[in-house]
Amino acid sequence: MTDSGKLLSRLADRISYLIDIKGESTWGNLDELQRQVQDLHRSLFEIKEAELYKEIDRIEDRVSFLEDRIARRLTPAEVVNIVRSVQRFTLTDILENVYDSYTELGGEGECNIDPAVVVARATISRKVKNRLYSHQVMVIGHEKGRGEEYRNGGCARPWGNDKALRYMLVAETEGIPIHSFIFTPGAYPIEDYPGAAQQIARNIYAMARLKVPIVSFISEGGSGGAEAIGLSDLRLMASRGYYSVISPEGAAAIEGKIREGEKLPRDLVEHCASQLKITASDNLKLGTIDRIVEEPPLGARREDYGFFRRLRYEMVRATDEVVLRTKNFRAFRAYALKRQGEEKVSVPEDFDLVINWNLTELEIERLLELRSKKYRELGKGFFLKKSRGLGQKFRKAKAIASKGYYELRYGLLRLHHRNVQKVIEEVSGEGSVFFKKVAEPVRAAYDFVFPQPRRPAKVIRPDGPDRRSIFAEEWEPYVSPLANEDRTVTCPNASKYGCMDLWVPDLYGELCGVCPNCGHHFPLEYQWYLKNLFDKGSVQEFNNHIASGNPLGFQGFDERLRRDIRRTGRTSSIITFDARVFGIRLVVAMLIGSFRGGTVGTAEGEKFVRACDIARTTRRPFLAYVHTTGGIRIQEGTLGVVQMPKCTIAVREYIESGGLYIVVYDNNSYAGPVASFLGCSLYQFGIRSSRIGFAGPRVIRETTGKNVPPDYHSAKNALKRGHIQGIWDRRDFRKNLYEALTTMGGHNLYYR
Amino acid sequence: MGINLDDLLRHYRSHIFEDYQVKTPHTGVISFEVEEGQAVEGPSGRWLQRPGTLLYILEREKNAKRIYASWKGQVTGIRSELEGHFVEADELVLFIRHRLDREEIIDRILTQMLTILRAPQQARYFLSSDILAGLEKRPEARIAIGPGDEVVIMSLMKRDTPISYRGEPGVLYKVYFRSGDIVEQGSPLLGVCPSDRLQYMQKVIQRIRTDWED
Repeated sequence: MTDSGKLLSRLADRISYLIDIKGESTWGNLDELQRQVQDLHRSLFEIKEAELYKEIDRIEDRVSFLEDRIARRLTPAEVVNIVRSVQRFTLTDILENVYDSYTELGGEGECNIDPAVVVARATISRKVKNRLYSHQVMVIGHEKGRGEEYRNGGCARPWGNDKALRYMLVAETEGIPIHSFIFTPGAYPIEDYPGAAQQIARNIYAMARLKVPIVSFISEGGSGGAEAIGLSDLRLMASRGYYSVISPEGAAAIEGKIREGEKLPRDLVEHCASQLKITASDNLKLGTIDRIVEEPPLGARREDYGFFRRLRYEMVRATDEVVLRTKNFRAFRAYALKRQGEEKVSVPEDFDLVINWNLTELEIERLLELRSKKYRELGKGFFLKKSRGLGQKFRKAKAIASKGYYELRYGLLRLHHRNVQKVIEEVSGEGSVFFKKVAEPVRAAYDFVFPQPRRPAKVIRPDGPDRRSIFAEEWEPYVSPLANEDRTVTCPNASKYGCMDLWVPDLYGELCGVCPNCGHHFPLEYQWYLKNLFDKGSVQEFNNHIASGNPLGFQGFDERLRRDIRRTGRTSSIITFDARVFGIRLVVAMLIGSFRGGTVGTAEGEKFVRACDIARTTRRPFLAYVHTTGGIRIQEGTLGVVQMPKCTIAVREYIESGGLYIVVYDNNSYAGPVASFLGCSLYQFGIRSSRIGFAGPRVIRETTGKNVPPDYHSAKNALKRGHIQGIWDRRDFRKNLYEALTTMGGHNLYYR
Repeated sequence: MGINLDDLLRHYRSHIFEDYQVKTPHTGVISFEVEEGQAVEGPSGRWLQRPGTLLYILEREKNAKRIYASWKGQVTGIRSELEGHFVEADELVLFIRHRLDREEIIDRILTQMLTILRAPQQARYFLSSDILAGLEKRPEARIAIGPGDEVVIMSLMKRDTPISYRGEPGVLYKVYFRSGDIVEQGSPLLGVCPSDRLQYMQKVIQRIRTDWED
């Protein structure tokens, strides 16, 4: 009878798991089966044993049949339900079953700075020829189970991600690999210090050049939250996991323009789940993950020990692979490792070889090179390239020639020039001290005999010749077409500060879109900045042949793209160009709001990376001006998400090579880009009246259940928490930018 | 203080409404969005971020300004004859008749009758040990307070400053904060009622609580 009790409990679990997957209890009469199991449980001691087992067998057959049926036609929405089921394995299960031993760091269980993020120093072992070899690793991941009431659903708060970063740096100090496990529906979108976006950006920036192998495993990869610990040398994904730019519900709310509080149509959610290409096989095709770890057909649960055995094997093998790629002599070992991957059905007991996971300095360099290369390749081939005929060839030849020129000028010659200059400076410094000692008594005697009248010292301005700060004085200013209307508008702060109504030709003409009473900045089109911010005629666009496409074949998106192209005359939401500000040459990437809300996809990411590389080659400062960005383009799915690490890696390499990277936010800047390649800048500024943050008020309300004050995302609050370094008036943008370039760029303007 | 509580009560009974004037902020052509007698809502939300009911649109120089209700109540005295016409600035266009509810009236009476001690600056405030002990012993007790008594302790930057009462002598009627709370500058801390009016006032408040219909 005890056995039958256990059997019934197990059956009840299986049925409730199927209900979780289907999202309804009526499918396949699951509710009826559940009721039958409950009845049997209640009358366990009242019916005869034979009859009881017969009934159990009948229900079990039925449940097995239904399981097979679901497994054969598993939809992406059902995969999402599998991942969200309470019966799914969590990080603690992995720590207990995949690793030999572990010690949780930075808190334990509920007593934790953020229980949603678990960090542990763990040991993982392998058997080779009946001998056990152990490796030390740092495990970092999200935990959503085992204390659901305080785990916050695996949504890391900013300080949780900070904890992850802290221990990544510990792993780097100790030279041990990092295994990261992603089980998050997304980051907790609050702007408490330093802000969700800012912390994720810091994590990605650090991981871009972290000097240890990183292997990640994705079970539930929710956009920015996943990227906060997800940048890695090799990405594994559970076969029944999902990795997505946005939750299917979030996408449905946007696609269906569903108002807040209204119920989402189930069909629409399912449609979005399939359009977003979130499953493991889809992601493997897109190249956003490297390998799939097979799970049982309906996903692994807490007691699936066979899966944990496979996961252990895959984590060890993946780390081996990452380490081996950095070695000089690896042919045989790589071959052996490759062969090991061929056992698809069962996992071997023993490994064929032992690989030491310690890396030498040279190998670390190679590791970082490979990481950079891997991410730079992501998303390539998914954007469109417009043919430019002869012009294209000319541009390419020019790029090669200029690259050669700058390599020679700033690479070889500059290095020697600097060394010689340094020696001359030191020698002349020594000489002047020696000469001063000898000449001082003679000069003193001379001054005593022939006193010289003292002259006031001449003031030399560090910024060179006289320059005027207001651009309008220098050339005929560009006037926004908004100024052509004969009407007035009301300042949004009128009730607070008593601002008078503004006549539109004045407001958008002479007043540059700024309320003269309270200083509120009305939005202006990006062309205004293009024409008024940079020296006249200095803007030279490049890479405009790279165009946004519809790589996932998202239904209805082609038409929307065409409409935006027609309306704006642009083919992507980013413009990259060379320009000058008071004679200082710089490279600019401008995200514009009029094209798909300034969202970032593969084309935008590629153009940004190329602009970054051009700035690095030509040794120029790099400005990212964000007219507006709504985040990652959801219609490009995870191809969009991977632009976050891709662009951050390019930025980090640019900054490390000595470049000066400045970000200026205007209007609205939210989500992925702010949480990566924009937010990682050391110098960020906001234009007055701009809003900066991770998620908008509606998303915050829906995910956290909390209302946020109306000024939650204001530039002033971003300044208060240290996200930006200053708030600029639009009219002083040009002057402030020049000053920022000369102040932060130092003596040589830029490039150390 | 020559306030007769009966008169006060009679006054509120006869004036259960307060009429708020709604005037045009500037010139323009007006088009009403409400009708006579219509119920309107004031701003809502924790930060009053959700505007109240749209009352009228005032258009000047092709700028259609939407004017919302600042109080909850009923629209009265709407000047429908102005619909679609040009109006001057500061022109009275309608009233919002706001019905005072029970708590609002009690608050008003208390504000008139009590001597309020307000927080001199934003800090953490504690009741003095005497008052606290008295209240703990008998919460319903009326503790006598005279000028110069140290009634509250302000704790700011690790420094405790006793705050003395400077008003009319009386009994402690209401404590507006919990001991140990952070209170903003200017917010009420204590309400002290002169002993001779205490009974009257309690009676009036009791009657308002039982008789007044919201």
